[in-house]
Amino acid sequence: MFAEAFSIAFQFADVFAFLILAAAGLAIIFGMMGIINMAHGEFITCGIYVTVIAVQHGVPLPLAQALGAVSAGLVGIALERTIIRHLYHRPLDSILATWGISLMVTQGMLIVLGSSWQGIGTPLGSFKVGDYTFSAYRLVLFGAAVGVLAGLYLIFMRTGYGVMARATMQNAAMAKALGVRTERMYAISFGLGAALAGLCGALYAPTMTLIPTMGITFIIESFVTVVVGGANVLLGTAPAGILLAIVRTALNAWYGQIAGQIGLLITVIIVIRILPEGVSGWLSRRER
Amino acid sequence: MSMLRKLNGPQTMGNSRAFWAGFVAMLAIALLYPAVSDPYDVGNVAYLLIFTLTALGLSLMWGYTGMFSFGQTAFFGVAGYSYGVISINLAASGAMTLLCLLGAIAVAALFALLLGYFLIYGRVSGVFFGIVTFATTLALAAFFGQTAGPEWAIGQARFNGFNGMIGMPPLELPWSGDVIVLEGNALYYFVLGLLLVIYLGLRVLVNSRFGNVLVAIREDPLRTELLGYDVRKYQLVAFVIGSSLAALSGGLYTAWGQFIPPASMGLPAAAMPIIWVAFSGRQDLTATMVGTFLLLLMFQTITVYSQQYALILMGFLLLLTVLLVPSGFVYGIARSLSLIGRRDKPGPEPVLRAGAEGPSS
Repeated sequence: MFAEAFSIAFQFADVFAFLILAAAGLAIIFGMMGIINMAHGEFITCGIYVTVIAVQHGVPLPLAQALGAVSAGLVGIALERTIIRHLYHRPLDSILATWGISLMVTQGMLIVLGSSWQGIGTPLGSFKVGDYTFSAYRLVLFGAAVGVLAGLYLIFMRTGYGVMARATMQNAAMAKALGVRTERMYAISFGLGAALAGLCGALYAPTMTLIPTMGITFIIESFVTVVVGGANVLLGTAPAGILLAIVRTALNAWYGQIAGQIGLLITVIIVIRILPEGVSGWLSRRER
Repeated sequence: MSMLRKLNGPQTMGNSRAFWAGFVAMLAIALLYPAVSDPYDVGNVAYLLIFTLTALGLSLMWGYTGMFSFGQTAFFGVAGYSYGVISINLAASGAMTLLCLLGAIAVAALFALLLGYFLIYGRVSGVFFGIVTFATTLALAAFFGQTAGPEWAIGQARFNGFNGMIGMPPLELPWSGDVIVLEGNALYYFVLGLLLVIYLGLRVLVNSRFGNVLVAIREDPLRTELLGYDVRKYQLVAFVIGSSLAALSGGLYTAWGQFIPPASMGLPAAAMPIIWVAFSGRQDLTATMVGTFLLLLMFQTITVYSQQYALILMGFLLLLTVLLVPSGFVYGIARSLSLIGRRDKPGPEPVLRAGAEGPSS
């Protein structure tokens, strides 16, 4: 009985971690600047490849994963400085631009890197509860997801950057008038979002087969979580993750992966029918 | 005849006599084209024309109404699979195949109505509209991709997972006691005729009272609503019409190749309609039609050498469009040409300018 309960909790934690890690970077960028980054999947892919290449050159896995996140972040800042900053007042055009980039990067990688690579294998082995075997690494992923949420909370609520970033998010013109360098806030936030996407890729790198189009594996889940969460990352992402993870775990268990994915989609459509501003919009309205 | 007067109006470019003279000349060239070309090329051009229908639908939704839908390939695919399921199970032939095509479009339109109801009446707009339709498209592609086993079939029609559904009949047209199979030249004229009717029909639609309300919604939904229009009803109708045009494309495509794979819905296919329409100029039907055809032709020419390079070029064109000419290249060129021609007699500025920089609705 305990084993069954643990199994369900474990699967829930696994799905929750996937949703949160996949969505965090997208949510930061969307929450800060109202931009949906269609190249999100490519930042994830960047994290994956950097991690795998580093590991194949003998770098220990945790360090390689940090490298993956940092390099995705740097690419993000470069992209923000060159292209995204021209598009802040045109959210729709920013979608198109990032999509163009996404298409170019994916196909370019297919040409440069070929269709598939050797993976690096999942570390940490497995453990048993009752008759069930569980991968220990999945618990690490869950821990990382919780860590990312806690880290974001600390960064945005307890640091000078966080205060200025939130000020920029609420009223960019006013923040600028008060001396906040909003341009820099946007660049850092975009970089942070890209780095989190890279981190997601880095963390899942050991569990996946490597193909250049793998970023797409994360796309539906990340978009769906951000839509349900709404514009406020700090308030919305975690509850959205919990809600969607419950739906997904149940559907996965009964009908399989694809039912889980379609279930997510139907949940989203129903949620935005009821709460057009997502969970965070609803929560912040209740507070008022 | 008041319908015909609506062919010209504030919502379409090319209202002059010179434009229509050029239009008739182009039509004549298109009609004569099979006489001077070989059947393979003609079939190929028919294939390209099929996709311009999807683009026209997106132009109506996105360019005229301001609804950014990523869902064109979803409806394309749903109609394709529906055509397969219906026609295979009925073992359709003759005029029956055309009814199957209509049935397939009806299925996709119903799906658009359902999705559109939840999104539009849920007041989902702008970026979120794009995201949800995009996620829907990807989820459908993933769903059809995993239908490999024999248990995934409706009647006689097997879905075949990633490989796609095969074995549906081509379209057949009864013609004075005989039956014409729509392939090669016959298909070309059929598609050309459809495109002509739909293009002219859409011109009448956008210049009519209905179309003016759509453009008003694009410019400012709130103000339109305050003027007493039920914005959601108009949006839903535009969404269903636009999606049905994608469905028509999908049905024709499936009948043309007797094949529909899930890859026709997923990435990178889902990106294509957006690129065609954005590059061409979404707020004008003519620009969309011309630009889409040219892009498709170019894409196909390069794909022969490398599909990856062709897709990179498409991504690059999208980026260039956004950074340099947000209202679209063909639209921008046509606009500057018409301004040059009009320099001697300055007319009034169009009331509703392209809303590329305005807030999306």
